[in-house]
Order: sequence, then structure tokens, then C-alpha cells
Amino acid sequence: MCGLCGVLLSEHWAEESGGRRARGFRVVLLNRVLSHYGLSLSDWAGSVYTLRDRKGRSAVVTDIGMLWAEAEKLAGRPLDPLDPGLLAALA
Amino acid sequence: MPKTPVTLVTGFLGSGKTTLISRLLAHPDMGETAVIVNELGEVGIDHHLLRRVDERTVLLNSGCVCCTLRGDLADELRDLDSRRTRGEIPDFRRVVVETTGLADPAPIVYTLAAEPVVRHHFELDGIVATVDALNGLVEPESVKQAAVADVVVVTKADVADPDDAVERVRALNPGADVVEASFGEIEPARLFGRPRRDPRDFPADGHVHEGGIASFCLFLDEPVDWTAFGIWLTMLLQARGSDLLRVKGLLNVGGEGPLLLNGVQHVVHPPEHLPAWPDGDRRSRLVFIGRGLERGEVERSLLAFNRAGN
Repeated sequence: MCGLCGVLLSEHWAEESGGRRARGFRVVLLNRVLSHYGLSLSDWAGSVYTLRDRKGRSAVVTDIGMLWAEAEKLAGRPLDPLDPGLLAALA
Repeated sequence: MPKTPVTLVTGFLGSGKTTLISRLLAHPDMGETAVIVNELGEVGIDHHLLRRVDERTVLLNSGCVCCTLRGDLADELRDLDSRRTRGEIPDFRRVVVETTGLADPAPIVYTLAAEPVVRHHFELDGIVATVDALNGLVEPESVKQAAVADVVVVTKADVADPDDAVERVRALNPGADVVEASFGEIEPARLFGRPRRDPRDFPADGHVHEGGIASFCLFLDEPVDWTAFGIWLTMLLQARGSDLLRVKGLLNVGGEGPLLLNGVQHVVHPPEHLPAWPDGDRRSRLVFIGRGLERGEVERSLLAFNRAGN
């Protein structure tokens, strides 16, 4: 539901269907985005995600709604999907 | 038990909200309606359930302005529901919430979508915004209210030619139904329990600025990868959510029918699978209403994410 406050909700809208396979694919895709910012994500028992930076700092996030705010904190800069540098990295 | 629909009536100060609600509530089709207002006494209808709230917002830790819980509204809705269950008040089949003229609709949408008890018993039927034909879309609040609305009622059509206001509202919010009214005269069916409008009807070139807000439509020929789309939109909402007032669309995610997407600022309703496409055109279509968003930039980004997913 809420892009930022998904923690309040039972299931985030972007993660509502698809089960384990979709969750695995989501982690792969998210890592393609996050690697541009020096971050990586792993799934923890299919219930939460662990986000890490290259300095070894980490954060646990419950869903994709929470992820981006935590990723911005760890990366120390805004993560903008319109950034041409990111789009070039995804190509 | 089906959820009780909640209709939010918003509009700038003096734009005719109270007149509209008073006239609507006098209509025979509007029985069994609970009304939550800010000013007691203005809506002079005593046979309806009438509750007053002081608009009170609770800022959550995220600090996101639109994702504030309207604690007052949550309290009232929970109370209405529990008193109905206990038989202390008559049953009601819909709720109308009138906001103050300066209210931001987004926290109310968020409260309905996110508050655990409220979302179990109530659902948002739609947002109705009143825009006065005389003054139009002048104040930033009225522009925002019209931008996020499902139906815009252009009021005071008796004192000013509504054509200009209607045209500006249509350009600002191509996804909304725009109706004219004088003295609040309008059929309830135009506002409540309406079938969802097919976003394919939206004009592609609704690219007009109102108070720095622009709307545009994107079409995608290729099927949308839902996982990639969810990543893209959540990231966009984090980065630009305060500037993205409304996103609405039909997505071809490869199923029999399209996926209906509907978001107000950071709040995205659970996507709904429609059983079939309305016609042979299976292109995805998305309407964006926001500030400082450029169509080409958004399209390039969405396509790049989608291709990464395919």
C-alpha cells in the first residue's frame, strides 16, 4: 500500500502475489539496481530482507516499501529511478 | 460482511462542499448514510448519522507528510462500526466524509488503506472535489484536491460560465469525471458507487500545467513485468512521491485481463485484476499527475526497468 510506510501493513502491494519464486526474482532485480549504489540485498527466510553496504553496515527491512528509505540512508544519497546513470547501468 | 464504502468530499473554502452534501443527503437514494463533518450545524440534516471531528493528524516516524494517519477519522470510523455492531445506532450503508477546505486528501486515503481496523470494515469508494466555476483552480490546495479526485463537481454553474473551469480540470486530471452543478443539484449516482472508469478512455495529451502540476499518459507496447514494475514504482514514490499526486492505469502483465493500478501520492491501493480487456487494444496505459515530472524521463526509466525484468 504505502510506498514508505508498508511496515504497518500485512503485505506490501508490490509483493502481493507470486510466492517464493517471484520473491527470488525480485531480489535478483533489486540487486541490479542496488549494486549501482554499492549496496546488496539478501532474502532472510522469505520473511524479511537484509540490506548491506560495502563497509559491512546492514539494515533489516520488512518489505520493498521500507527498502528505499533504508537504502538511501546506507548509500548516503538519494536513489532516483530517473537517474540516467542508473538506467545506463541497467541496460 | 462487505466493506462499507467511504466517499471523501473535498474542495477549497467556499467552493460549495456543504451545499453539495446537504442537497445530496436530502435525496431519497441517500438514506442510511453516516456523515462525518468538520462543522456541525452547516449540514442541516438531522435524520442522518452526523458526526463531527477535529482534523487531527498523527505524523508517523517515516516523516512522510502524506502518510500521516488521521487519528480523528480512524477513531470516528471505528466508533461508528462498533456502535453499529452493538445496535446502538441504525445500520448505515455508506459514509460521507467532508474535509475542511484546506485539508490534504492524501492522509485520509492513507488512513482508509492502512489503519488495521478501519481497512477491515471500510473501503474508499472515491474522492469527490468541488471546484467553484467563479474562482476555479486558484489556490494550491484546490489544484491538489482536483488533481487527486475521481469526480470533480464544478459548482456555481448558475453564477459563472463553467466551461473554462471544466476545461482546466479535464486538462489537469484526465482520469476524473467532471460534472457541473448549480445549488448542489446532482444525482447521487454520479458521485457514489460509480463503475471504475477505464483508463483507456483518458486522453493521451492531457499535458497542461496548473499551478506547476502537469498530467501525462504513457503507453507501453510491450507486456509489463509486474516485479520490475513494483520495484520501479516504489523507488519512484520514495524519490518523487511528494511530487507525484496521482498514478492510475491499466497494465498488461500477461494475464487474461489487465491489472488496474490506482495510487494517491505514496498510497497505492491493492492492484486489482480485471477479468477481461475492454477491447482488442492490450497496450498498458498509465496516467501520471504531478509536479516537475517530465514524460520522456519517466517513460525512459520505466522502459529500462521493464526490460531489466524481461
